[in-house]
Amino acid sequence: MTVPRTMLDKIWERHLVHAEDGTPDLLYVDLHLLHEVTSAQAFEGLRLAGRPVRRPDLCVATIDHNIPTTDRSLPVLDDIARRQMEVLRDNVAEHGIRIFDIDDERQGIVHVIGPELGLTQPGTIIVCGDSHTSTHGAFGALAFGIGTSEVEHVLATQCIPRTKPRTVEIRLDGEARPGVSAKDLVLAVIGEIGVGGATGHVIEYTGAAIRALSMEGRLTVCNISIEAGARAGMISPDEVTIEYLRDRPFGPDSDAFEEAAARWLALATDAEATFDRTVVIDAASIEPQVSWGTNPAMVGPISGVVPDPADVESQVDRQAMERALTYMGLTPGTPFRDIKLDRVFIGSCTNARIEDLRAAAAAVRGRTVHPDVSAMVVPGSGLVKRQAEEEGLAATFREAGFEWREAGCSMCLGMNPDVLASGERCASTSNRNFEGRQGTGGRTHLVSPAIAAASAIAGTFAEPEGNT
Amino acid sequence: MDPFTKHTGTLAVMDRADVDTDQIIPKEFLKRIERTGYGRFLFNHWRFDENGDLKADFELNRPEAAGASILIAGRNFGCGSSREHATWALRDYGFRVIIAESVADIFRENADQNGLLVVTLPSEQIGQIMHAPAQSLTVDLEACTVTDSAGFLAQFAIDSFRRDCLLQGLERIGLTLQHVAAIQAFEDRSN
Repeated sequence: MTVPRTMLDKIWERHLVHAEDGTPDLLYVDLHLLHEVTSAQAFEGLRLAGRPVRRPDLCVATIDHNIPTTDRSLPVLDDIARRQMEVLRDNVAEHGIRIFDIDDERQGIVHVIGPELGLTQPGTIIVCGDSHTSTHGAFGALAFGIGTSEVEHVLATQCIPRTKPRTVEIRLDGEARPGVSAKDLVLAVIGEIGVGGATGHVIEYTGAAIRALSMEGRLTVCNISIEAGARAGMISPDEVTIEYLRDRPFGPDSDAFEEAAARWLALATDAEATFDRTVVIDAASIEPQVSWGTNPAMVGPISGVVPDPADVESQVDRQAMERALTYMGLTPGTPFRDIKLDRVFIGSCTNARIEDLRAAAAAVRGRTVHPDVSAMVVPGSGLVKRQAEEEGLAATFREAGFEWREAGCSMCLGMNPDVLASGERCASTSNRNFEGRQGTGGRTHLVSPAIAAASAIAGTFAEPEGNT
Repeated sequence: MDPFTKHTGTLAVMDRADVDTDQIIPKEFLKRIERTGYGRFLFNHWRFDENGDLKADFELNRPEAAGASILIAGRNFGCGSSREHATWALRDYGFRVIIAESVADIFRENADQNGLLVVTLPSEQIGQIMHAPAQSLTVDLEACTVTDSAGFLAQFAIDSFRRDCLLQGLERIGLTLQHVAAIQAFEDRSN
């Protein structure tokens, strides 16, 4: 009898190029995603060492972090950002790497376009110089973020040395309540296990509430695995995965598809295999979430109040909470529903796919954005943008008073002109509420697309009508 | 990469948990295409006020932290973004060692790639160092010890491969390219 294996074991074994006691395993990388912010120094390193790109055919680049989301026909005014984009174009041209540039409708946030184009496939190893590469694990891939030195390493060798991480199963049993989205589930998980709760581990999400999610919901869940410290999150492929991948432009050809699908289903963790740890959470106990602090574990249910540091025993945690509340300008005991907002941002690799925009639009339809709030929607890709326009979602947002933008990372991290002013408070569908993340002095509250949209209408944190 | 064997230096104490890389190097400084020159932007929003003046109460701005080359922090240092610029900024500012209760995975990897030694110690020993009168520490990677002149001694554990790479200043790409035949064989099998 063969030894029971986890999905991680299976993918690891299939990619093992070289193994030797006392050194990390050498793994082969199937897909290397590149963007403008973390690649320039890597290409420069290759140049200085006189090394070629080993497999340009396994690299795909796009421009997402810096790019303005306003009119694409206008020049980029930020000289340093423009230079960074030009350097990426020069590098991919020199090495023969495919790029989805800003004049290509398929351009978008790297973690949105990989899945939607079918580049992301089950059983593969995917890396990118971006921590939210964990997103792609939703297909049953091993996908993780790397630094620029390792971007150079993968460009030069198509391999990455890794010591096998531990595994943690996060099982979401039961059924999520109506109005509770994938974002709420995963924020609640991070709130439970903490921002360092899965450091050194790969998360495999299991359980009925995960199985019930659409492919896009699963992408949202795996996307934020890194906010619990896990470099990668994974969900084993099933019929939902297979149906999503059918007929994607870069997926298997139709005559090879069924064979590929059978292979994907066999990736699932064997029933007798064990994880290093298991965390079980009852999905039915989870409410829509709102973050109140300066890391993604500082979250609570929308029906709740800003917590009181006085209730916290650990001195380190109490001080962190005090600092966070000072930065956020919040008073303990304040109901989330009474907190007034200045901005709403719907976008990012976490929540800028078509289903996210549908959920947000449903909460907006026929209503108008609160007069004190400035709200924007930034689709995750050019293709998402077109589909949202065809479905009438863009018109819904515009008529309600939202700005409707071009695709990019935008105000998730504010490297482009989309930033919060100091002191501004924003309900954001992004993934990080770190100090200054969306703009120096800006105050970020992480929420789901439906909550962000409903809050834009109400001017305070709110659930869509009919939810409460 | 310059090898790391033993280092003695002044200590900067940052008694905080979950210091994220967005704080270490804010995003507005990631647009540059160079690897150098990030030190002056290290902890920019914590170090400087809106007029560009030093904030006196920030840990690195305290007189005793002047010229520090060893940074000691709480748990989960370097969490968040994969930006290697965080490591470049710490090195460029003058840090050679980070001692923490724990660090984020990607941060550790980036530190290794740049000869920035990450030492993890239990919280009790972190507390002892943070509250010790000595402002200078010696970190010996061959002996795997952290010591001070007042008799403090902590032994730390580190993966032997990481240690060897740091001690010898090994370049990882060169190590992998020693296995180019195995890489080629893997590619041949996959096609």
